[in-house]
Amino acid sequence: MIPLLSLNQVAVISATGNQLLADVDLSIDPKQIVSIIGPDGAGKSTLIRVMAGLQNTTSGIVERQPDLRLGYVPQQLTIPKNLPLTTQQFLQLNRPAKNQPMETTNSKNPDPLAINALRSRPLQALSGGEMRRVLLARALAGSPQLLLLDEPTAGVDLIGQVEFYQLLASIRDQYNCAIVIVSHDLHFVMSATDRVLCLDQGLVCCHGAPEEVSEHPEYQALFGEGTEKAFAVFSHAMGGHQHAHVHSHAHGDDHIEAGESVHG
Amino acid sequence: MDELIVKALLGGSLIALFSGPMGCFVVWRQLAYFGDALAHSALLGVALSLATELPVTLAIAFTAAALALMLLKLRRGQQLADDTLLGILSHGALALGLVVLALIEPTNMNWMDYLFGDILALSWVDIGTAAAMATVALAILAWHWQPLVLIAVDQDLASVEGISVPRMELLFMLLLALVIALAIKIVGVLLITAMLIIPAATARIFSRGPTQMALLAALIGVVSVCGGVAGAFQWDLPTGPAIVVTALLLFLLTTLTNKPVGRI
Repeated sequence: MIPLLSLNQVAVISATGNQLLADVDLSIDPKQIVSIIGPDGAGKSTLIRVMAGLQNTTSGIVERQPDLRLGYVPQQLTIPKNLPLTTQQFLQLNRPAKNQPMETTNSKNPDPLAINALRSRPLQALSGGEMRRVLLARALAGSPQLLLLDEPTAGVDLIGQVEFYQLLASIRDQYNCAIVIVSHDLHFVMSATDRVLCLDQGLVCCHGAPEEVSEHPEYQALFGEGTEKAFAVFSHAMGGHQHAHVHSHAHGDDHIEAGESVHG
Repeated sequence: MDELIVKALLGGSLIALFSGPMGCFVVWRQLAYFGDALAHSALLGVALSLATELPVTLAIAFTAAALALMLLKLRRGQQLADDTLLGILSHGALALGLVVLALIEPTNMNWMDYLFGDILALSWVDIGTAAAMATVALAILAWHWQPLVLIAVDQDLASVEGISVPRMELLFMLLLALVIALAIKIVGVLLITAMLIIPAATARIFSRGPTQMALLAALIGVVSVCGGVAGAFQWDLPTGPAIVVTALLLFLLTTLTNKPVGRI
């Protein structure tokens, strides 16, 4: 399979001389959900900005599939307060009118991102969580092949997070896109993604399937033991209504069920 | 009606139609100080025009564009805060312009005309040239309206969605230089920023969207020109300041009598 995007020995050094990323090798295959985790200042946002083409690399090679359609949801967006712009106007800005996100394609839930109620509101009046939903809707309207999400659940309550990760699985299936998600809250990310990349101080300290990564000594050194417990709890939340019994630890197939529960 | 008034109204209104929408960008992107710096470089443009016999509007647009590009370059990778850098270049350019003009044309120099504008001194050729330039610039602005607004909303988002941000920035800077070169004719070097931001700020109070705000700003600019020219004739006032005072009165009137729909 030809990867959508691959990084080869990518390094980024900031203007002040800090090493933000070093020797990062990564490739994203179609339809993959990859999560990037790591402590504060590990270089997660820098990495996603490199992938989005927003950050110049100091060395290394970034290869994208020709004409790759990207969707990018930044951590936050500060709208100039003097710029009058409603959510609806923002969604249509510089877009062909027919590209309306997730409305024609999903008959079951015509408004999965719950943005209809926001359409007439000025963008400046949206909360952080609402803003991210709107940004996601805009990104999806471009039918991206690769969706880059920078901390999409920061400031979203727990129930909202569970729904959000269910939504991700359904987005992947509906849009046939790969998703790269930067996150702090590894407990949640682990059960909903195909691959986990763990960054520490600009270096990839481990990567692989969630179950592998959670066993990795580097991972455990960073996040401590016992984290897999929270992982299991979350797997349940993701499985939702189908599962009433208790798992003692994670199952790799839970995220598939989560995806199905959205559709089924 | 006096031919002098007709010329002043016609020329001023055409320029205001262009400065209104450009002023919106200045307000959205918080470029008031930046615009000020470009305007202050205009005297250097006048000197250039005297030295090379270029048409004065083109020479001013040229120096303003050169300063804009220099500012963009200097902004990256320097230690000074933006407003410090702008302050240095802005007032440095004004002083330098005055000195160079005094050297080139020590006797026959009416600085006041350039500093405060002299719309009544416009010839029919001036008006024809200004009208042609304003029309072409407006057409270019309209053509690139959506991507330019998206860049004002967020550069990163625009870049990820495939807009060539550096090219659009160059285009925008050239348009900004041109609007300054044109507006100097009506309000002069020192009052250009007012002519850009006051109609836009007034329009903001009533606007529900960026396009509406641009159209309203153009309209308010035209009304200000008409009011200022009329006042200048009635009470023998300097036209440039009379136009800006009219714009200011409109702003105060609307701000004080209306409950704002958004924040200024």
